Amino acid sequence: MRIQVDPSSLKQTRWHEFAVRFLLGGLITAATGIIGKEYGPSVGGLFLAFPVIFPASATLIDKHEKEKKQRAGLEGRSRARQLVSVDAAGTAMGSVGLFVFALLISQFIGKHAPWLVISAATIAWIAVSVLIWLARKRM
Amino acid sequence: MKLILIRFLIGGVSVSTFALLGDLFKPKSFAGLFGAAPSVALATLALAVGLDGRDNAAEQSTSMMASSIALFCYASCVSWIMMHRPRRAILVTIFSLPVWGVVSFGLWWLLLR
Repeated sequence: MRIQVDPSSLKQTRWHEFAVRFLLGGLITAATGIIGKEYGPSVGGLFLAFPVIFPASATLIDKHEKEKKQRAGLEGRSRARQLVSVDAAGTAMGSVGLFVFALLISQFIGKHAPWLVISAATIAWIAVSVLIWLARKRM
Repeated sequence: MKLILIRFLIGGVSVSTFALLGDLFKPKSFAGLFGAAPSVALATLALAVGLDGRDNAAEQSTSMMASSIALFCYASCVSWIMMHRPRRAILVTIFSLPVWGVVSFGLWWLLLR
């Protein structure tokens, strides 16, 4: 299947579902700062790859797929579970890109302009993630 | 207190933006890549560089390497369970979080402490 942009999926998401993700993102970022101050940057840094919104996103996929199938007169549980599984597999592939992001920052932020290192690491994250996704698709 | 609020707002915007991007893409395996977006990291590291210095950001990033391995284990575990066991997504994703915790803190304890 080709990569597609589908804005219609945004219509399925209700305002409180956006709010939950904003709230969770804000809370974990604030908590990471507090943990870093209390226990040091080494412990605080662990929370930079915490699966902060993964449970909320997976639950939304599950819920939206069931609703979609039920509107078509089908049960939809099995398909919803498959979609959550596939989404999680994508996250596992993206976590390899996240490792590269962290590696680049840890190695280069002390020597080069921080904005440049963070930008390059972000590009590396998406590049590595997409390459792994494409490689996995062709296997 | 003001700094916590700033972190909250920047983190909320960053995480929501990557989540929105994830919602936009098909197929789901591709959209899933955004579940591992460096959303919290971008917000935190940008502030760390400005407030605590580059060494602080470098130290946080080193630990982040351990927790990204933990994220890989967590997401793989959720993927396997959802494909092979008839369980609710909310329960699987929440009750699998200890996998992330054990791997993340285990690697930190072994290699970075």
